[in-house]
Amino acid sequence: MAKDLLQKKKTKDIKIYCDITKCVGCKSCELACAVEHSQTKNIFTALREKALPKKRVRAENVSSKIISLHCQHCEDAPCIKACMSGALSKDEKTGATLHDKDKCVGCWMCVMTCPFGAIVRDVENHIAVKCDLCPDREDFACVVACPTGALFVGTKEEFGKKIKQKKKG
Amino acid sequence: MSEKHIERSYDPASQKMIKKAGEENIQIAWDRYDAMQPQCGFGELGLCCKVCNMGPCRIDPFGEEPQEGVCGATKDTIAARNLVRMIASGAAAHSDHGRDIAHALILAAKGDAHDYKLKSTEKLKRIAEIYGIDTQGKSIEKLGEEVGEKCLAEFGQQHGELKMTGRAPAKRQALWRKSGITPRGIDREIVEIMHRTHMGVDNDYKNIINHGMRAALADGWGGSMIATELSDILFGSPEPIRATVNLGVLKEDEVNIVVHGHEPTLSDVVQEAAKDAELLELAKKYGAKGINLVGMCCTANEILMRHGIPSAGNFLQQELAILTGSVELMMVDVQCIMPALSSVANCFHTKLVTTSPKCKFPGVEHVEFKEEKAQEIAKDIIRKGVENYKNRVKERVDIPKEIKGLVAGFTTENTFHILGGRYRRTYRPLNDAIISGRLRGAAGVVGCNNPNIRHDWAHISMVKELIKHNVLVVQTGCSAIACAKEGLLSPESAFKYAGAGLQEICQAVGIPPVLHVGSCVDNSRILLILSEAIKEGGLGEDLSDLPVAGAAPEWMSEKAISIGFYFVASGVYTVFGTPHPVLGSENVANYITNELENVVGGKFAFEADPIRAAQMMIKHIDKKREALKLPPLMYEREPVRMSSNG
Repeated sequence: MAKDLLQKKKTKDIKIYCDITKCVGCKSCELACAVEHSQTKNIFTALREKALPKKRVRAENVSSKIISLHCQHCEDAPCIKACMSGALSKDEKTGATLHDKDKCVGCWMCVMTCPFGAIVRDVENHIAVKCDLCPDREDFACVVACPTGALFVGTKEEFGKKIKQKKKG
Repeated sequence: MSEKHIERSYDPASQKMIKKAGEENIQIAWDRYDAMQPQCGFGELGLCCKVCNMGPCRIDPFGEEPQEGVCGATKDTIAARNLVRMIASGAAAHSDHGRDIAHALILAAKGDAHDYKLKSTEKLKRIAEIYGIDTQGKSIEKLGEEVGEKCLAEFGQQHGELKMTGRAPAKRQALWRKSGITPRGIDREIVEIMHRTHMGVDNDYKNIINHGMRAALADGWGGSMIATELSDILFGSPEPIRATVNLGVLKEDEVNIVVHGHEPTLSDVVQEAAKDAELLELAKKYGAKGINLVGMCCTANEILMRHGIPSAGNFLQQELAILTGSVELMMVDVQCIMPALSSVANCFHTKLVTTSPKCKFPGVEHVEFKEEKAQEIAKDIIRKGVENYKNRVKERVDIPKEIKGLVAGFTTENTFHILGGRYRRTYRPLNDAIISGRLRGAAGVVGCNNPNIRHDWAHISMVKELIKHNVLVVQTGCSAIACAKEGLLSPESAFKYAGAGLQEICQAVGIPPVLHVGSCVDNSRILLILSEAIKEGGLGEDLSDLPVAGAAPEWMSEKAISIGFYFVASGVYTVFGTPHPVLGSENVANYITNELENVVGGKFAFEADPIRAAQMMIKHIDKKREALKLPPLMYEREPVRMSSNG
């Protein structure tokens, strides 16, 4: 599993998908995301940090289905277009939508334009935060934390193939 | 990867069996633990509430929404409610065990359970006096019946105080009364936890936890103490006894029968039945040289303490015993019996038999135990084991050679009388040893095993660190078995591991530096040892004045939480390895690890590193010594150690 995910890190145009037939809304992805973006990266100690870490994923009810919602790292990302300070940009090599917190002015335009509602307001620091595909680790915190295997990381084609296989099987 | 078995357990015998499980692709607790990772953060933090059907509700620990459950319960309320429900379960388990013993005592006294006799009349009289029963001119049987009935009545008692709480120092009793936590009845306090934590009742976390302490006290000074004392009456008060421990106690050429669980009622008869001539003859017929009865977990401790029956191991070794391929039959009663046993037993010829109506396994043979026909049932079960010997597959038998000697059987009554010698049965020498600074103090190291920490390692490391610093250690349950496997429960270990002062005491009296006082209900013995020390004088007026500490470094069960709370509520500083599931609420965590000291004199600490935890206990003991104005320790410098791994 871990090796597989390490390989994914190097693949272009990956994002985190959620198989809505498997998501039970346990919010483990939310906790894992917050812990990963804390200073100490430990759930017990993260709670006692001065600035509490922010989760960038939400388990939500959408049309009576539960889904774990993440930044989709859109090819033609509306958030990048809307960003007036240039904090949001596209990494040409990986296809990821990057956010530079030093450039962010907290205008929340990205929050308003994101079709997935995947960008989160960090009110205390007055900046936007979003899924950064876990740059500090070899795998992906939410995917590893998912107890039902609903979360999947890969390209659009890979996820399509997986769903097709599942339907056949 | 290949070193996994070594990472998982400190014990070489267990390592071998864990390795074997891997090779044969048999799933055991550690595999299931790995498969369970990562575990739910809301559960770990105590922030998931499933008390009512508006939920389940989970509070975001990182301060985002939601911060309240549907009913408005905060994280403080939710964490506190979850915690005291664990106390309720733990106290219920211990106390129900006590109830069964009281029931057995009454049957035996009435002559309805003729396989039992009242073995300790001395203790019977002492307990009768505590319950205010007139002992004059009464037969043992009559007295036994009355004591049993009085004890049984305390389970359903609605007001007043539990009689056994009167054994605590007067100052402690007064504190309990003042704080409103003197238990009124055993079942009542447990039921009240369930009421208070029902939707829409108590939501003041301090009030919830204070009642949790009341229920825990009803366990320690009630249910558990009744279990211990009435077991002593019925099965005999233990005396120091030599025995052996670890998987090496299983035999290659005999019928191996493992008794696993907690209650002594059946196992005590089984150990008699295993000597039955007819059954031994039958074993010979099947080609076995004899019948080898061994224990597991606290059932092991009960018959180890009283009869010297060897112990095959502690909690995480229950599957490993079956993996030796040499167990013909494992009979279980209640508590800490892994449901996985049936699937592991299915991989071998081992026959699993359940005996309690409270604990059945689907598809597993159930032979219901009844006190009235104890001997008959015991023989019946052993016969099944003997008849299963022919199914043993020689090629799959693989018994680790590891076996260690130990001395067990210490009690409140005998332990420190030993210190006083045969003619001077008094706690004076113990108190003097502490006052003079030979001993720094004492510590109780108890509790379970848990795959979240290397098996046995935390118990052994902590106890070695404590005795090195002249802290006399008393142990129960799986913790005692862990240290026994390391040889710490043999008198010789004093010279290897103990500090100079403790060494002197051990040498003079001939005791190990680590005393085995029994099963997990026998933690009540430790409460009484502390009370006796106060009564003897010179070490303060309340249990919280004593230079002592407690620990459960590898805890896993709800019973451990209940035990922890009755020690804290009795004034003892208690360190748990992994934290209670409450850290999601800073207020609850702060209350039990800090503020509680101002309420009951004891408090919790959580520390996963056993050496650091031992040092915290030592620091606390030193703080108490200072408060008592005791002189510095007699031997401040480290003793000369004979072993490099001390």
